[in-house]
Amino acid sequence: MGSTGVLAVQGDFTEHVHVLRRLGQPCREVRLPEDLGKVDALIIPGGESTTIGKLSDRFGLTEAIRERTLAGMPLWGTCAGMIFMAKDLGAHRQSMLQLMDITVERNAFGAQLDSFETDLPISVFDDGLFHAVFIRAPVIESVGASVDVLSKLKDGRIVAAEQDNLLATAFHPELTDDPRFHEYFVDKIG
Amino acid sequence: MENGTYSFTHKAGLAQMLKGGVIMDVVNAEQAKIAEDAGACSVMALERVPADIRKDGGVARMSAVEKLVEIKEAVTIPVMAKCRIGHFVEARIIQALSLDYIDESEVLTPADVANHVNKHEFKIPFVCGARDLGEALRRIGEGAAMIRTKGEAGTGDIVEAVTHMRKIMSQIRRVTALSDDEIMAEAKQLQAPYELLKEVHRLGRLPVVNFAAGGVATPADAALMMHLGAEGVFVGSGIFKSDDPEIRGKAIVEAVTHYQNDDMLAQISRGLGEPMRGIAVEQMAAEELLAKRGW
Repeated sequence: MGSTGVLAVQGDFTEHVHVLRRLGQPCREVRLPEDLGKVDALIIPGGESTTIGKLSDRFGLTEAIRERTLAGMPLWGTCAGMIFMAKDLGAHRQSMLQLMDITVERNAFGAQLDSFETDLPISVFDDGLFHAVFIRAPVIESVGASVDVLSKLKDGRIVAAEQDNLLATAFHPELTDDPRFHEYFVDKIG
Repeated sequence: MENGTYSFTHKAGLAQMLKGGVIMDVVNAEQAKIAEDAGACSVMALERVPADIRKDGGVARMSAVEKLVEIKEAVTIPVMAKCRIGHFVEARIIQALSLDYIDESEVLTPADVANHVNKHEFKIPFVCGARDLGEALRRIGEGAAMIRTKGEAGTGDIVEAVTHMRKIMSQIRRVTALSDDEIMAEAKQLQAPYELLKEVHRLGRLPVVNFAAGGVATPADAALMMHLGAEGVFVGSGIFKSDDPEIRGKAIVEAVTHYQNDDMLAQISRGLGEPMRGIAVEQMAAEELLAKRGW
C-alpha cells in the first residue's frame, strides 16, 4: 500500500492524519523535501494559504511538490491547499504551486464571520450528500477544459474539482467523520 | 449555517486552521505587514505591546478603531483584537468591524472583577487565557473556542507559560485516567463545568485548540512550548521588542514547524541579533503579575 503524505508546515494537518489512520492508510507528515521522497501522494491541508506558501518556498517544498506532481503524484488540497494548487488567483499575488487549471477567489464569502456548513451532492459519490464545512472559504471561479467539476453550491459556484491526479475541495472533509473524500483520494495512488 | 450565532463546533473549527502557526502582536499596519511577511498565520491587534503596558502603566484598553481598521486593511491573514475582561461592548465593536477573533485578555486592564464576557452570544470566536484546566474549562463554558496559556506577558520569561502548559497537560492526563464515577468530584475540585470535564475525559485533550502565550522570546522558547503540548504559539513583545523583528519573526515561525528537528532549530536560531531584554518573573512583585487577572 502506498504512503500518503500530509504537508505539515502549518494548518490542520493532524486532522488529515487522523482520518488516514482511521482508514488504516500509511501516512507521514511532510515538512522538508526529503520527507516528500518517502510518500506516494500528498494532501495540502486547511490553514493560512499565505503562511503555507511562504514556508513551502523557504524549505524548498514548493519546487519539490511541483516536480513530483508533474511526474504524476496524486495531490489534494483542502481550502488553503486548494488556493496553493491553483494556476490563477485573479489579481491577488502570493506564493503558489500553479498546478491545477482553476481560477480561485480567496475568502470568497468574506471574513470568518461568513463561514458556514451545508450538505452537498458530489458527482463521484452515489451514496448520499456530503456534509461540507466551509471556513473562510475560497471558491473556484472558473475551470480549464481538462478539469471535471465535482460539486457546486446551490448558487452555481464551484467548490470541488478534479484534474487527472489533482483534487481540490474548498471545504474541509478532514473536520467531519465522513471519510469518502480520503478514500477517493487514496484510490488515486497507482 | 443560518445567520446569527455559530455553533460551538464551527467556531472551534475556525481556530483549527491556525494550528502549527504563530500569532504575532502588532500595534499598527506596518508591524502587521512585517508579521504577515514573516509567515504569521494571524496578527493580534492591541494598543501597546505588553512590555510597553508594563513600562507606561495606565489603563490598557481595546485598540483605537482606526488602528483596527488600518491593520485589517493591511493584511490578508486573519486579524484578532484584544478586549478587556468582561467588556462585552468592546467585544461587540470588534465584531461589528468584522475582525476574525477576539482575545478577552488579562493583558488589558479588566473591566469586570467577577464576570467574563458571555461568549456564546457572539458570532465571532473568542480566545481566552488560562493557567490550569479549571480556568480553561470555565472559559470554554462561557463560549471560548480557543485557549492559550496566560504565561506572563511582556516579560520575555518563558517560565510561567511552561508552568501553565505543564499544569494543564498534567491535569488532562489525570482526568483521562479517572473512572466515570470520579468526574463530578474532580469537577468540583477543579471548579470546572461537569459536562466539559466529561468531554476532556472522553477526548484526552481540551475540546478546543490550545496555544502557548506569555513570555515567548526565542525560536527555542516556541519549540519548547510545542513539545509541551501547545498546538501553536502567540508572540507578543518578543518580536517587536527585539533587535530585528523581521528575522526573529521568521525564525519563530520556522521553529514552530520544525520543533522536533534539532538540526533545523540550530540553523534557524543563528544570526537573530539580540532578543528582547526581558524581566525575570521571579524578581517581580506580586502586584505586577498580569496572569492573576481572570476569574
